[in-house]
Amino acid sequence: MQNTAISVSDLSKRYENRLAVSHINFQVPQGIVCGFVGPNGSGKTTTMRMLLGLITPTTGQGHILGEPIEHPEKYLSRVGAMIEGPAFYPALSGYENLMVLAKLGGFPIERVQQLLEKVGLGDRGKSKFKTYSLGMKQRLGIAAALLPDPKLLMLDEPTNGLDPEGIQEIRSLLRALANDGTTVFVSSHLLSELEIISDYIVMLRKGEIVFAGPIGDLMARQQPTIIAKSLATTDLDRIVEIAKNAGHHAVIRDEAVHILAEKDWAPVLNKAAFEAGITLAQLAPQLPNLEETFFEMTGDK
Amino acid sequence: MLNVIKAEIRKLRRPTLFFGTIGSALFFTGLITSFIYLMIDSPQGNGDRGRTIGRDVLGLASGSVNGFASVGNFLGIIALCVFSAQTAQEYTYGTLRNLLVRQPGRMNILIGKLISMKLFALVMITIAAIVSIAISYFLAPGAKVNTSLWFTSDGYHAIFNTYLNVTISVVAFGIIGMILGLLLRSPISSISLGVLWLLIVENLLIAVKSSFQNWLPGAQLSAIASGGTLDLTYKHALTLGGAYVAIGALIASVLFVRRDVAN
Repeated sequence: MQNTAISVSDLSKRYENRLAVSHINFQVPQGIVCGFVGPNGSGKTTTMRMLLGLITPTTGQGHILGEPIEHPEKYLSRVGAMIEGPAFYPALSGYENLMVLAKLGGFPIERVQQLLEKVGLGDRGKSKFKTYSLGMKQRLGIAAALLPDPKLLMLDEPTNGLDPEGIQEIRSLLRALANDGTTVFVSSHLLSELEIISDYIVMLRKGEIVFAGPIGDLMARQQPTIIAKSLATTDLDRIVEIAKNAGHHAVIRDEAVHILAEKDWAPVLNKAAFEAGITLAQLAPQLPNLEETFFEMTGDK
Repeated sequence: MLNVIKAEIRKLRRPTLFFGTIGSALFFTGLITSFIYLMIDSPQGNGDRGRTIGRDVLGLASGSVNGFASVGNFLGIIALCVFSAQTAQEYTYGTLRNLLVRQPGRMNILIGKLISMKLFALVMITIAAIVSIAISYFLAPGAKVNTSLWFTSDGYHAIFNTYLNVTISVVAFGIIGMILGLLLRSPISSISLGVLWLLIVENLLIAVKSSFQNWLPGAQLSAIASGGTLDLTYKHALTLGGAYVAIGALIASVLFVRRDVAN
C-alpha cells in the first residue's frame, strides 16, 4: 500500500438499473504515468469521480496515497485533478479563476502566475475564460490541477482540443512530472496517445477491468503480426491458405492478410508466395499497438 | 472556512455582478423612497398596495426609515436572485467539482458561501439604507414633512431596528434563493420559481383569501422587514419565517452533503 498511489478493490457504482463500474480491482504504483484506457462510456470518469470523493461507490473500497476514499479530506490536498473537461467561471479571467481555487485550497498565490506561464497562458491570464479556445481552456484546467504541487495528478482526457504542438507539450509536461516523482493518472479514449506516454495501463471496458499492469507486459502478451498485400486482391485467399498450411492464424482485413507469426517467418512467406506465382506488394512484420491490443483483448473488432 | 469565504468573495466582487446588484438595489431604493414623498398627496396613495403613508407617520422618529423598510421586500428579491444564481451556477458551469476537490468538506463550502453572500448582502443593505435616508431627508421639506424627531435617540433606535429587520428579511430571502439553487441546480429555474412564487403566486393567493398571508413564506419575510404589519405581528412573522428557512436549509444541506456530484 505504501508504494501505491491508487488502489481499488471491488469498486462498483450503480445508477438505478445501470452498472457504470463493475467490481473493479487495480493498483497504480507511485511515480509513474498510468494510462486509464477505455472507450467513451466505459466508466473511466465515474471511477475518477469515486476516487476524488465526488460520488459515493455502491460497493468496494479504494485508497489514494494510502488514505481511504471515504475520507477525501485526508488526501485531496496532495491531489490535483481535472475531471470531465475544464470547468471555470466564464466571466472571470483565467488568472482570477485560478486565484479562486488558490484561495480555496490555501495555496501560495505566486503559483498562479507561475502555472499560467508553465501551461503557455502567461500572456492570456487576464482574458476572460469565455474568450478562451478549447485548447486554452484545457491548459487552464491542467494549471488548476497543478496548483497543489500534487503527489498524484488525475487528468481526464487532458489533450482534448489541443493542437499537435499542444499535445506534445502536455506529453512532455506529464513525463517531466513523473520523472520528478508525481504519479500521473491520465484517462483517454485515444489509445495511441496513451501508448506514447504511459508506463502502466489500466484498461476498462463496459465498467470492467480488462487489463491492469505495466504496458510492456501487455504488449508482450500479444503475438506479433505479419501484414502481407498482394498485387492482385484475388490472391489474398491464397496467402491465407499458405499461412494456415504453415500453422499460422491469418485473416483478411483492409485488403491485406494479417498473419499471427514472428517476423522471422516473413522471408518464408515471401518465398512460398513467389513459388505459388503470387507477387507481393507489401510484406511487413508489425508489433501490435495499444489500440489493436485493446480490440484484440475486448473482441470489439 | 476562511479560505472558502475568501474564494467566494473573489467571485462576488466581479464588477458586473457587484455594480449590477448595487445598481438594482439603488434603483428600487430611490424609486420607492421618492414615491413616498413625491406622491404624499396622491389619491392613489404613496405606499404598498395603495396605502397612504401620511405626514404624521413620516414625521415620527421612525419616519427616516419608512422608505427603507418599504424597499426591504425588493432588496430581498435581489438577494434571492444573487444567492440562487451564485449557488446554482456551480452546477451548470460544472465548477462544483473543482470546489469539492479543493475543499472536500461540503458543509464548509456551503457555510462559507452563505457567509460571503451575507457579507455581500450587508454591503447592499447598508448602501440602500444610507441612500434611502438621504433621499428622505432631502425630499421631506418639499413634502412638508417634519424631520425634527428623525435624528433623536429614538430616531437612531428606529434606524437600527429597521436596519436589523431588513437585514434579517433580506438574508432569509437569500437563503431561500440558495435553497432553490441547491434543489433545482439551475440559475434560471431557481430564480424564476422564486420570483414567480414571491411576486405573483403569493399575491394571487392573498387576493383570493387574505388569511393566507398568515402562512405564506414571502409574506412573513416582508412583514419582518417592516417590523410587523397591521395584519401580521412581528413575532409571528419571525417565528414562522424562521421555521420555513430552517426547514428548507436543513433539507438542502442534507441533500448537498449526500448527493453525488455527477455533472
